[in-house]
Amino acid sequence: MTSIEASPRPELPPDGLVAVVKEDCPTCRLVVPALRRMREAGVPLTVVTQDRPEFPEGVGPVDDRELAISWRLGVEAVPTLYRFEHGVVRSRSVGWNRTEWRDASGIGDLGADLPEARPGCGSRTTEPGMEERLRLRFQPGALRSRRIELGAAEDAVEACYSRGWTDGLPVVPPTPERVLRMLGGTRRDKDEVVAIVPPDLVECTVEKVAINAVMAGCLPEYLPVVLAAVAAACTESFNIHGLLATTMSVGPMIVVNGPIRRRIGMNSGINAMGQGNRANAAIGRALQLVVRNVGGGRPGGVDRATLGQPGKYTFCFAENEEDSPWEPLSVERGIAQGVSAVTLFGADGPHVVVDQLSREPHSLARSMAGAIQGVMHPKLALFFDVFLIVSPEHARVFADAGWTKKQVREAIVEYGKRPAGELQRGAGDCAEGLPAQFVESAKVLPKLRSDGLFIVHAGGKAGLFSAIIGGWGAGSGGSMPITREVET
Amino acid sequence: MSAEVLLDPTGERDPSQRQNAARLPGIARTTIGLLDISKARGDVFLDRLEAKLVASGVEVARFKKPTFTKPAPLDLRQQIAERCDAVIEALAD
Repeated sequence: MTSIEASPRPELPPDGLVAVVKEDCPTCRLVVPALRRMREAGVPLTVVTQDRPEFPEGVGPVDDRELAISWRLGVEAVPTLYRFEHGVVRSRSVGWNRTEWRDASGIGDLGADLPEARPGCGSRTTEPGMEERLRLRFQPGALRSRRIELGAAEDAVEACYSRGWTDGLPVVPPTPERVLRMLGGTRRDKDEVVAIVPPDLVECTVEKVAINAVMAGCLPEYLPVVLAAVAAACTESFNIHGLLATTMSVGPMIVVNGPIRRRIGMNSGINAMGQGNRANAAIGRALQLVVRNVGGGRPGGVDRATLGQPGKYTFCFAENEEDSPWEPLSVERGIAQGVSAVTLFGADGPHVVVDQLSREPHSLARSMAGAIQGVMHPKLALFFDVFLIVSPEHARVFADAGWTKKQVREAIVEYGKRPAGELQRGAGDCAEGLPAQFVESAKVLPKLRSDGLFIVHAGGKAGLFSAIIGGWGAGSGGSMPITREVET
Repeated sequence: MSAEVLLDPTGERDPSQRQNAARLPGIARTTIGLLDISKARGDVFLDRLEAKLVASGVEVARFKKPTFTKPAPLDLRQQIAERCDAVIEALAD
């Protein structure tokens, strides 16, 4: 790669012609006699060369290897012939076009030996990665974050570790070029504040999210999802501070709905909640890196989890809407069909529900209701939210019976009710359980908070297995699931 | 080659220089390693330190690098990390 060192920017004359060329381009070599002819005829011509500074010999080219002039002109192909008047571009001819070049130069027989027209080649400003480097070089304030210069012998990946920026796995070093490319994934201004991130309550800009998204391994097109997730996480009702600070194992889980799932290649099928898909993995990880780095939330600091869980590295997947018998989670939660959205949940690890025998919905609902009893403790109830991830084969059992999501939910809630006396502290020779005041006034008690069962359709087509994902404490003192539109 | 530049991913509340490891709250009931880097008379200095530390109720573990001209071997570093809460290195003669 060509290095771009600082140097004064050459100025162009306000009037006359400017031809931008590079020797590497056959059309540029073809037009050399025409350039010489213009120079000999006294046409006010400046030739700007992008590669070998002596090219073309005999016309006194201006060295633009640093591409300062080409960048300013916005050259996309070479040769390009500009005609300036009073510093303003009056005409532009891209490639070799005999008629246009004759008009511009006023030489009626210019290029008589040359073909009528030839397309040019890509300007060096369009080389891969060049856009970002040139913007950093020539556009002041392109990025605001503190620049950290590494030692000459320092390995960038190790430098990220030693500064405490990683979750334990290596991160992609956030170079200014990579961050600028990441910012290309959103139309939002890089200085816009996305959220106030706990626990340090730091204003987090789009640029800071982009830096952490680079580190997490995101592609630019994932950035809108990450931005939505960060904003959702930092709301009062989701309460990422509480999720972080609690001694319980929970962390933010992200369910993605809408067209962006397929646009960015998310996995909602086989191993949807597991490893192997870049978008799933990197988006969830980016949110956690924002909390760690921008918010300052680190294990042993404000993160006091007794055990934690592997989903705290990353926990993000998409709903399989296409094959679902039901409306998507986001639609159920008020987002229009066809609009992309994230739903965040303060999640424990997933727990499989095996039922390979139920062929009618009540039986399957009973299995799921039984499995949900294990959330937190079989004798604790009333205050919990649960996500039920229904696999396609289980969903088919409900769908074949014509059950709506509402019916599924109501059946599971109903079959999950337990005799209140069994849940009381000390009952069944087990000290844990509900205090007497909850038990005395009711015959039976539901496991979950009212409206506390959320249903998502995902997973591979084979396997009569679903998953339940327990939460943290629901309600105003805990964490409420939250759904946010993804701005694309 | 110019040095690589990274953008700070943090809230920028702390200095960008790498921070020292967290200090021990005190030395009572700790194990302090004394690392002799094999420079002349480093052992004399460390003997005196050991006497003072032991007098303060600290458990002392002595280590020695094979040569001061090279970084400490990995297994030596791991032994120190395994046994000690902190380490004092006698750097030069």
